[in-house]
Amino acid sequence: MVKEIERAGIPVVHVCTVTPISMTVGANRIVPAVAIPHPLGNPSLSAAEEKQLRRKILTTALGALSTEVDGQTIFEVK
Amino acid sequence: MSKFRVVHYINQFYAGIGGEEFADHKPEVREGVVGPGMALAGAFGDKAEIISTVVCGDSFFNENVAEAKKTILDMVKKANPDIFIAGPAFNAGRYGVACGTICEAVKEELNIPVITGMFEENPGTDMFKDKMYIVATKPSAAGMRDAIPVIAALALKLAGKEKIGASVEEGYLPNNTRVNFFEKERGSRRAVDMLIKKMAGKPFVTEYPMPDFDRVEPNPAVNDFKSITVALVTSGGIVPKGNPDHIESSSASKYGEYDITGVNDLTAETYETAHGGYDPVYANADADRVLPVDVMRDFEREGIIGKLHNKFYTTVGNGTSTKSSKQFAAEYAQKLKNDNVQAVILTST
Repeated sequence: MVKEIERAGIPVVHVCTVTPISMTVGANRIVPAVAIPHPLGNPSLSAAEEKQLRRKILTTALGALSTEVDGQTIFEVK
Repeated sequence: MSKFRVVHYINQFYAGIGGEEFADHKPEVREGVVGPGMALAGAFGDKAEIISTVVCGDSFFNENVAEAKKTILDMVKKANPDIFIAGPAFNAGRYGVACGTICEAVKEELNIPVITGMFEENPGTDMFKDKMYIVATKPSAAGMRDAIPVIAALALKLAGKEKIGASVEEGYLPNNTRVNFFEKERGSRRAVDMLIKKMAGKPFVTEYPMPDFDRVEPNPAVNDFKSITVALVTSGGIVPKGNPDHIESSSASKYGEYDITGVNDLTAETYETAHGGYDPVYANADADRVLPVDVMRDFEREGIIGKLHNKFYTTVGNGTSTKSSKQFAAEYAQKLKNDNVQAVILTST
């Protein structure tokens, strides 16, 4: 799906936990997520902390979209 | 001759521990045969014996690769087998990646021959097919009966350090290594047979498949989010509560398009996941964990992005064929374009 969106001319970032799969399917901008059943959350945190974590991942995702890439790139969440 | 010693690797599901809710199961070793090992043992007869079975949850393996690898390598080292067999994983993505990863480690670090089995579209196939023998299987466990004899036969050859034939002879997925063998029919005859089949509209198998280099060049970066519309897309199966379009929990035949105008937060009362390939508890309690509408709304309110697109696109990425996924995305990508969406965040579980 990532590739078809990219092919349509829309920049796309793939937020996913198992990044090697994303590399294999051919995503160009990749942001690692937290865990398979909750990629953008962590139920062991408080609601506020969890939302903060989600914000951090999405900020990284926007950062990835605003970065020129020359091939497949993984953007670690800082 | 003494029997070959075999260690078999399987996931929590095939060990009978349970489904997704047990995917965090830590590696454990059990004596003898477990689950599909029974069929393998039957195929081996008196030529080989499964001395132990390593069981590990798929999520645990993929989320803790280093730890899982180390623990399992220790277990395998202790058992000191002649051959290590993983799976078969069919079209289960995380299981396939786990099988490939652990096989590669056993082969490289313990110098023990390895073999696994997968469906050709399993992501583990592309990652590992040139590093080990991967027997081609059907997409689901219904193909177990066909897969087991092929895996067992090739495993015995590997354990006995016999010469391995070409992929078409042995049943493994082509691994970019050329093996010479004599065809029964000469080339001209095979070519004419193929041509006749093609002209008659019948299926035929090429002897020289074109490589699949399907890569898409990255689009230019987004300069300014403040003035554009960003859309959310997911393969994590998030749908309005009740799954109104009945998107299948696996092998999805469709995608959903849902309006989120005025929705600021996904709650347990309003949204859920239709995905049958991961533990749904966390996504059902708060679907923002998969489709982060809440934070995107914050970004919108704070002016970090111009607008969150009022529709999201979703499907279940669980055993769903590459062909279907491609078709879904090609279709909704055009819709996104027509709606002037200029960036997409796609989340996967």
